[in-house]
This record gives sequence, C-alpha cells and structure tokens, in this order.
Amino acid sequence: MEISTHKNVVIHAEGLTKIYEGVVPVKAVSNVHLHIEQGEFTALVGPSGSGKTTLLNLIGGLDTPTSGKVWIHGVNIADLKKNQLIDFRLNNIGFVFQAYNLIPVLTTRENIEFVMLLQKRPKEEREARIKQLLEETGLRDKENKRPSELSGGQQQRVAVARALASKPQFVLADEPTANLDSKTAENLLDMMARLNKDENMTFIFSTHDQRVIDRARRVITLVDGEVFSDTQSTMTSAHA
Amino acid sequence: MLVAIAWKNIWRNKVRSLVVIIAVMLGLWAGAFILAYVFGMINQRLQDAIGNEVSHLQIHHPEFSKDFDPKYVVHRGDSVLQMLLHDDQVKAATGRVLANGMVASATTSTGGKFIGVDPNLENSVTSFQHNVVAGEYLTNDDKNKIIIGQRLANKLKVKLKSKVVLTFQDVDGTIVAGAFRVKGIFQIYNSTLEENNLYLSRSDLAELLKVESEVHEIAVLLHDPEQVENYVTLLQTNYPLTLTQGWKQLAPELGLMIDSLDQYMIIFLVIILLALSFGIVNTMLMAVLERVREIGMLMAIGMNKMRLFTMISLETIFMVMIAAPTGLLLAYGTITWLGTSGLDLSGLYQEGYAAFGFKSIIYPQLDLIYYYRIMLLVILTAFLASLYPAITALRLDPVKAIRKL
Repeated sequence: MEISTHKNVVIHAEGLTKIYEGVVPVKAVSNVHLHIEQGEFTALVGPSGSGKTTLLNLIGGLDTPTSGKVWIHGVNIADLKKNQLIDFRLNNIGFVFQAYNLIPVLTTRENIEFVMLLQKRPKEEREARIKQLLEETGLRDKENKRPSELSGGQQQRVAVARALASKPQFVLADEPTANLDSKTAENLLDMMARLNKDENMTFIFSTHDQRVIDRARRVITLVDGEVFSDTQSTMTSAHA
Repeated sequence: MLVAIAWKNIWRNKVRSLVVIIAVMLGLWAGAFILAYVFGMINQRLQDAIGNEVSHLQIHHPEFSKDFDPKYVVHRGDSVLQMLLHDDQVKAATGRVLANGMVASATTSTGGKFIGVDPNLENSVTSFQHNVVAGEYLTNDDKNKIIIGQRLANKLKVKLKSKVVLTFQDVDGTIVAGAFRVKGIFQIYNSTLEENNLYLSRSDLAELLKVESEVHEIAVLLHDPEQVENYVTLLQTNYPLTLTQGWKQLAPELGLMIDSLDQYMIIFLVIILLALSFGIVNTMLMAVLERVREIGMLMAIGMNKMRLFTMISLETIFMVMIAAPTGLLLAYGTITWLGTSGLDLSGLYQEGYAAFGFKSIIYPQLDLIYYYRIMLLVILTAFLASLYPAITALRLDPVKAIRKL
C-alpha cells in the first residue's frame, strides 16, 4: 500500500479496527479509514459507545489496533517499540483530556514546562514558549497557581497549553468541554480556534458538545465504531 | 524536574508521609541504640575480661588446663616472665601460682580457686585492686593474708581479719593446709569470680604447693591489642614446651561473641529494615494506586518508564533520607549521652547479668562506621522497597489508567 508522504498529511489510518476481547467481544472501532491534514479542526462525534475515544487512543498510539495501521507523518506507529512510541508521542502529539489531568503538585508554569523538560529543551527556549503559551491561553496571572487553585476552564486552558508546549504535529482532545459550563467552553473553543488559525495547529476532538461540532470545519460521525459520515464545513476558519 | 515532582509528591498526603518518616526514624533510632547497647555490653565484657580475668594472652604448661594439677608449671617460667617484662611490645606481665581446693571458715566450707599473685606485677596487669571494697589489697610484704569476694565472705560468714583455712594438694599429691586472715573483700560484676576466687601472695601459695619460684600461669598485656594473635604465634614458636593462648582461646565464648557480633548485628539490622520496608512498600503502593490516572496521563504525554521508575524511587528515597539522618542523629545523641552517664539496669537485671559476667551499668557505644553502614543499608532498603510500587506503576496501561475514576 502506498502511503501519502505529502507534508500536509498528518495522520493516515487504514482499516483501523479495535476489538475488546471478553466473554462477548466488543468491536469498538471497525475498519476506519482516515486522512487528516495539517491545520484541520476536526470533530469526531457520535453517541456514547460509538468508538470516539477508542479511535483517538488508536491515533495517539495509546492503544494498539486489532487490525489496521496508523501513519503519522509517514511513520507507521506500529513499527515503534514501546519506549520509541512514548518518545514519539512526546514529540509529535499533544493530549487534552476530559478531566484536565494536570499534575496537581505543579504550578501552571511548571505543568506547561514539564513536557519541554521531558524533551530536554534548553531553558531559554522553554521560557520563551511558556511566556508565549501563557499569553495565548490568557493564564499570565495564574502562572504560579496550582491546579487546585484554578477553575475548571482555567485548568483546561493549562492542559491545552501543556499539549501545545511540546510543539506537536497535532492535538488530540478527548471531550475537552465536557466538564465546563457553556461560557467557559466557548472561551476555550475560541482559544483553540485562534491557536488553530495562528499556529496552523491541527486539532482533533472527540465530542458530544454541539458547540464544538458547530465550530469544527470537519465533522466525522461514528456509529457503532464505523464512520457514518465525514463532512467538511463551508466555513473557512474555525472562528464562529 | 523529576526530583522536584518527587519531593512535592511526598507532601501530597502529609500525615501518611509523616507516619512513614516517623516510623523509619524511630525504627532506626531503636535499631542503632540496640546495636550500641549490645556493642557497649560486649565491649565492656571484653575489657573486663582482659582487665580482670584473662589479659591479652596467657602462658601455661600444655597439660595444666586438663586437670589443674599443680605439678604442671610453666617450663622456665621465671625466665619467660623476665623476657616478657623486657619486651617493648609487652605493656605488663605477671606470674601466678594456682591451686584448687577447699576453703573453710569457723562455720562452713566450700570449694575455691586460689590465686597466688605478685601484688606489684599483678596491679600492672589487672585492675583487680580497684575491686576491693573493704579492707586493703595485698602488698609484697603480706604474709598469710587473703582477699576474698563478698559473696564468698557471705557464704563463709567471715569478715575482715577473720581466719580461713585453705586445703589443697601440693605437687606431690599431699594434702596441705594453710591458715590465712582476710585482709580485703572484693566485689566484682561477675558472681562466679566473686564466689570462687581467692587472692593471696604468690610466695605463700608457692611455699605450700612446693613449687618454689615456678609459676602456673603468666598473664600478659600488650601495648597493641591487635597484635595478640601474632604475639601468641611468636611465643609459641619461641617456647614450644609451653602453651600460649590469646584471649579468644582462653575465653572462647567471648571470642565467638566478638567474632560473630558483626554478623548478628547485620542480621538484626536487616530484620528491622525488612519490617520498615513493608511499611514503606505499603505507603508507596497506596501513593501509586491513588495516582493511577495521573500516572496514566504522564505515560500518555511522554514520560518513559525509566523516568516514571526514577520518580517513584526518588519519592521513597526522599522519605527515607529525611527519616534516616534524623533517626540516626537521635540515636547518636542518645548513645553519646548514655555512653557517658551509663544505662543503669542494676535495679532490674543485676543478678542475671552478674551470673554471666556482665556489669549491670551499660555504656552504649557505636562506631561511626556503623552509622554509615546503617545509612547505606537504609538507602538500599528504600530503593528495594520502591521496586514493587514502581513496577506496579510501570505495568499500568495508560488508556485504562486515564479512565480510572
């Protein structure tokens, strides 16, 4: 099979299937083909149990498919050994989780810096990136606060900043607005849309949230683990 | 960063971490103190045995120890003693005449060991003179004077200036007897010695035994106690008709105790650390299991296994590194204090200790090397104790871990 190595192709998935073995095997994702390009603002939607999170995990290399393959910038992630895959995730993928999942003992600044330290980036570069991300996420005045001192929306902003800190190829966000009230969710979406536009950062969300769906330029609907529809928005940017 | 996170992680649950820190601290304090107590007791016993009983080495006739027959005197004992008194390695030496027999007072009699000493030389080898609590110690001019233990005095119902009669066999096997007046009464930590040993002038006993200027025993103190074994070998080579024995052969139970003390103490320490390690494992396992989602997240965003392992190991090591120096410092203070003032157990175990030759005031002591050893063992224990929690963390599946509520 020929894989597109065009520089704009970030993610390419072929025949992705994930079956959870058990007394009754469950097919969470079934024969999904996917092609994501740089700068997309894509929503994976579908009812609960439709396989959104599983698909994100497969794309992000957190889970291994029962069959099928995922290429990220032309690299088949199934060919990577465990530690190589962890390093690959560190350098290529940003994660935003539904429950924020920040490191509670670290401040905002330290949470953002953490992945860059794992990447062993020089101090000057880290400082510049932290400053930039704090500005972009509007967290300048919260840089020395711990997660417990921040609201849900602020914590999710820190999570987004952390995801972007490593300068990843794309960001996978699993229901990022699920725990947020509508105003906070709107603010977060504004911020991500701005980052998408300004930094040409690729965002892929799994979501139930109509507000996210409305803002996405591409909506992939999953039903019972299969792609039910894949529609492009007529909007030219993620801005509402 | 890992160091900073590990340090901060310790203080997430302050109470739990403090409980572990205090447990390790108290465990080490108690462990180090017990070591110091045992070392102090054994060293005291060793010093007492060398100072009052066996000296660094002794020379006998090879057959003497078998049946204590007075005819087995040290071959050329007097010239051997003179040689020793002029040897630079020798701090002090003395010759003794010995006999076993009966001692009788006006009311009763009992068995005893009669030790004929040259008072001046004896004083340079033993500190026995300081044990005399009533009357006086012997002098070279004394004739038919004797020093007996308090326990023996009580048994014989005698006091100072009372008369006792010693009966024993001379070199020919003839029963001889001599009357002696009690000049001094001694008390000593060792109840057996206090009840059995009687000290009299060497010339008095030699005359009754008919051994003239011969001796049954030469006791020697060296300047350097480390040289005992070498010196024993040297004497044995130079005087093959004698039997030269170091204190380890003369008091084998003491030699065994000293030789095996290190191993016993290590085993004891390992048992304490093993008990502590279970507490550490339990705490760290709890700390890992309540952070499953966070650990899953760390693995997801790119923390590799080595870093995760290092972080959890550091958390354990940090807790122990707080506890261990504090516990050891506490132990050092206690040991230094009691090492000077002494731990007086005379109200509790005086009789029991005396029966085994131990003093009931213990002066705990612990060489600095043991503090280092304990510290190293503790760090090793902390590392080993962190293995199971760390491996548990490494086995987590990030996908399942992140979903964990």
